[in-house]
Amino acid sequence: MSLRKDSPAERLWNGIYTENPVFCLVLGMCPTLATTTSAMNAIGMGLSTTVILALSNLIISLLRNVIPNRVRIPSYIVVIASFVTICDFLMQGYTPALYESLGIYIPLIVVNCIIMGRAEAYAGKKGPVSSLFDGIGMGIGFTIAILFIASVREIIGAGTWFGMKVTTAGYVPVNIFVLAPGAFLVLAFFVAIMNKLHIGAGRRTGWDPTENGCGDCMACSKCGVCGGKPEAAGNGKEA
Amino acid sequence: MELIMIAITASLINNVVLSQFLGICAFLGVSGKAKTSNGMGMALTFVLTLSSLVCGILYKFILVPLNVPYLKTIVFILVVAALVQFVEMFLKKFAKSLYDALGIYLPLITTNCAVLGVALLNVQNEYSILTGTIYGLATALGFWFAMLILAFIREKMEYNEIPAAFKGFPIVMVTAALMSIAFTGFSALK
Repeated sequence: MSLRKDSPAERLWNGIYTENPVFCLVLGMCPTLATTTSAMNAIGMGLSTTVILALSNLIISLLRNVIPNRVRIPSYIVVIASFVTICDFLMQGYTPALYESLGIYIPLIVVNCIIMGRAEAYAGKKGPVSSLFDGIGMGIGFTIAILFIASVREIIGAGTWFGMKVTTAGYVPVNIFVLAPGAFLVLAFFVAIMNKLHIGAGRRTGWDPTENGCGDCMACSKCGVCGGKPEAAGNGKEA
Repeated sequence: MELIMIAITASLINNVVLSQFLGICAFLGVSGKAKTSNGMGMALTFVLTLSSLVCGILYKFILVPLNVPYLKTIVFILVVAALVQFVEMFLKKFAKSLYDALGIYLPLITTNCAVLGVALLNVQNEYSILTGTIYGLATALGFWFAMLILAFIREKMEYNEIPAAFKGFPIVMVTAALMSIAFTGFSALK
């Protein structure tokens, strides 16, 4: 696809496909694994992350010339944490059932590497409009990815989709898919399929946390915590 | 007795990475070698215990009396970030050898979801400051244990032939899935 760089459409497509945060960049693993027990949870988590990502990208982009470079990471964290707190209140008030089932993972959106990663890699450098669309694109990409994973887990593990029965009467649900091991297994197969497609198309996934010692949430090579020297963070390649 | 039960639950039964999915990035990122896993495990144990203590004190004596418990997310993340910086400076000045051992892992911990997660869980479960600190310590030890096992398996795996599509990230996830199945066996301890 040839779209003008940094145009809204290019940003949306980039987030959804080219640099899909889950399958290509392998960011935001904690909510990806934890909140995909049912399709409903995944949609709730995906949409709240999208809203927070878009708004924090917008605000950070507007403030990018005001925030001094040396304290940018704490400043980003405060902006993101404020939006997360607002979102937390809104969900508690309007969607109490979803709030209950997502539990601790709502406040933990603060440390979702996708949000910090986009703030650092994009919103801190580019204008507000393209940053807003970058956030929306990444958020939708994230939502689609976790919805896929959640659908597989819910259909195989519970025989339902969005709570509706979709399997035949004789189907015995494979319970392990909605438990913790199923999350790891389904994600492993999804990334393997993406790898297969990329190998076929002649390119590898962009960032692989297992090949990069600096693989903490947000501490990926984009955030600068490790000063752009992943090997300094104890990469397995040394010694 | 209750404290021991909480410690066993936090470290083995509800293992922080394998059943609660907190700190997955660090778990996958530094488990390539046993040596790096030990460094990360040590640094995390240190910070997590300290941050549970400090966040517990702040919540009880500042946020609750001021009637602003809803600010906990913002306060806790800033406390963790500041604490990591402070610990780093302190160690650099007074415990050089420990600093050299932990140094590079400390900044990575700031946004490890397990640290913020434990601080929030302590509030949610209404643990006292002592219980919360024990919970933090046990969680960190459970994390270290799981990460070390994964590191040993990955060191062995280097000699195996893995299908091209599964190389790197996916095969580690499959390994984690199998470990997670094994850890569910601990639920019999309850």
